[in-house]
Amino acid sequence: MTKKITAPLSEQTVRELAAGDAVSISGIIYTGRDAAHKRLFEAIQAGRPLPFDLRGAVIYYVGPSPAKPGQVIGSAGPTTSYRMDAYSPLLIEHGLRGMIGKGNRTQPVIEAMKKFGAVYFAAVGGAAALIARSIKAARPIAYDELGPEAVQELRVEEFPAIVINDVHGNDLYEQGVAKYRRE
Amino acid sequence: MREIQFEQVRDTVARLCVEANCLLGDDVVRAFKAALETEESPTGREILKQCLENEEIARRNMVPMCQDTGWAVVWVELGSGVRIAGGELADAIQQGVAKGYTEGYLRKSIVRDPLRRENTKNNTPAIIYIDVVAGDGLKITVQPKGGGAENMSEVKMLSAADGAEGIKRFVVDRVARSKANPCPPVVVGVGIGGTFEKCAMLAKHALLREIGSVHPDPFYADMEQELLSRINRLGIGPQGLGGTTTALAVFIEAFPCHIATMPCAVNINCHAARHKSAEL
Repeated sequence: MTKKITAPLSEQTVRELAAGDAVSISGIIYTGRDAAHKRLFEAIQAGRPLPFDLRGAVIYYVGPSPAKPGQVIGSAGPTTSYRMDAYSPLLIEHGLRGMIGKGNRTQPVIEAMKKFGAVYFAAVGGAAALIARSIKAARPIAYDELGPEAVQELRVEEFPAIVINDVHGNDLYEQGVAKYRRE
Repeated sequence: MREIQFEQVRDTVARLCVEANCLLGDDVVRAFKAALETEESPTGREILKQCLENEEIARRNMVPMCQDTGWAVVWVELGSGVRIAGGELADAIQQGVAKGYTEGYLRKSIVRDPLRRENTKNNTPAIIYIDVVAGDGLKITVQPKGGGAENMSEVKMLSAADGAEGIKRFVVDRVARSKANPCPPVVVGVGIGGTFEKCAMLAKHALLREIGSVHPDPFYADMEQELLSRINRLGIGPQGLGGTTTALAVFIEAFPCHIATMPCAVNINCHAARHKSAEL
């Protein structure tokens, strides 16, 4: 059964999610990948204002392809998440509650999710044309010069994802692989 | 001397960039369908279905199947009896990549310098490998290579004493450590032999083989099958969520070796195993 959730995420929503839950996300989320994370991280460290409110926010690790005429956005699947791991704990500490990407996270991120209450979702990597259908509006809000890495505000409807890491420290990747491993 | 016009090369490369990114090969689609029959995990089967649905949307609307439309790796077999009229071959290829990625609404993923990281805004430079061959043909293959799977690739300088088992352990371990990151089910390109850099090129070139094809050398055909079987027992599965389809294929290319060395390279491709060729 798919859980319908709304972004930005409330603390209660995050606490009720469990690793393995299929979710469909509606509301406002933000794109951000390698270069944007570096800038957000540096802005927090320097005490500068951020281009969007991090409290309860969901960041989608994506650098979409350009929209063709008539499209809201181009293909928009997740990028690999571990490259954001150096920056994520500080963002989580400052209110980030959800991350959408693909691939395994490192321990400092998992610990920050437990401590401050955040979840990590995976979207299906490579299913980028399919995922783009759930993005209804896209608006660049910061770092335009980064091209595909610029931060965009996305309005999503029933964006499909699956909970990988919950606030209790569970990890769907570890559990799933253990089930099918044949030594 | 046969002449081929600069513009024809440029426009062919541009077309191949777009087609490779929007039209997944029939061999990959067949491999998804075959995996759907054997995959034990219900989640894994759901993901394979989404891969097939995604491929259909991309094909129908001519949009990229993945937002990472890759680094354009271009393999050229240039007949020694061919001359490019109106400009240099490499320029025609670079201009073709810029044209394809710009006019085809493909993502520009290349930065000018690895540390200063300013986007070149047209996805150039392409990586070009030119092989001069006999005859008066020109074959161009465009292989858009995504960054996520490329990051899970590795070259290791083994010793002859490590033997075939040493090679197998390295390949399987490289895939095991990659876990969910390279968008499994993956295609695994393996280079064995040559110099350090030749070995890596062999692994990349191996990814161009048709899924389902059998290595002409029975020794390596057996090794490919054994590696595929061992990799699919790792449990990683589609998107790393657990399952029995971690790789769709393992392709090996071997090359003569120095008496002191036995390099092995693993180049991993995500399930968007993209490449398109044209002969002019």
